[in-house]
Amino acid sequence: MDDLIVKVISKIIIPFMQVFGIFVIMHGHLSPGGGFAGGSILGASLILLTLAFGLKEAKRKMPHTISKIVETGAILLIVSLGLFGILSGYNFLTNGEAGFHLGRTGEIISAGFIPIATLAIGLKVGSTLITLFHTIIEED
Amino acid sequence: MKKLIFALLLCGLLFILIAGILEMPALGSIDNQSYNEVAHYYIDNSINDTNAPNMISAIMTDYRFFDTLGETIVLFTAITVVISVRIIAAGKSHYMKGDDIDG
Repeated sequence: MDDLIVKVISKIIIPFMQVFGIFVIMHGHLSPGGGFAGGSILGASLILLTLAFGLKEAKRKMPHTISKIVETGAILLIVSLGLFGILSGYNFLTNGEAGFHLGRTGEIISAGFIPIATLAIGLKVGSTLITLFHTIIEED
Repeated sequence: MKKLIFALLLCGLLFILIAGILEMPALGSIDNQSYNEVAHYYIDNSINDTNAPNMISAIMTDYRFFDTLGETIVLFTAITVVISVRIIAAGKSHYMKGDDIDG
């Protein structure tokens, strides 16, 4: 696709979409939304980049090597959060009792591992969406 | 004869299923077994247990995080299977040599 209007408009709105996606992910424990919703917004912004600028440009911005590392790293981060609970003498995936910082209600850095887990889920969902899209349209 | 036996078996199964549906509690009734003390526990204690004002988030990523971990692993398996099937279907030699998918 080689349309000037689409390219200019998507160049303007893609940063706002990505900031909104990161906002939804980071406020997952305070407001509606969370990992899956915010990750879908992040993935949608990258899909818009691919649709507007073509596969080659999008691959330069978001290569497969990065999404591979993000995808496996997010799962390993969640599992290591769970193993931290076992190391401190509680069950798998124990939050407050295992020593995570609970903080004050309503702050960004509070609620134990919930923000970290939401961040990992969001990155995972976003990179899964963009990898699936790139893999499927690569056929043509 | 075989069809008759099969039809009788299916009628029996239908009878059992309808009897099971009739035994179910009414939809949205306050006496349903699913409205038990667990919901009251979440409403009363989730803010003290997790310090997160979003109760759904507290349930999804604290009380029931094992379920969410499974969902994430389902996503991971899906992407692995799609890439594997694509590599097999394409049958390109440079995928088989272990090069990156960018190549």
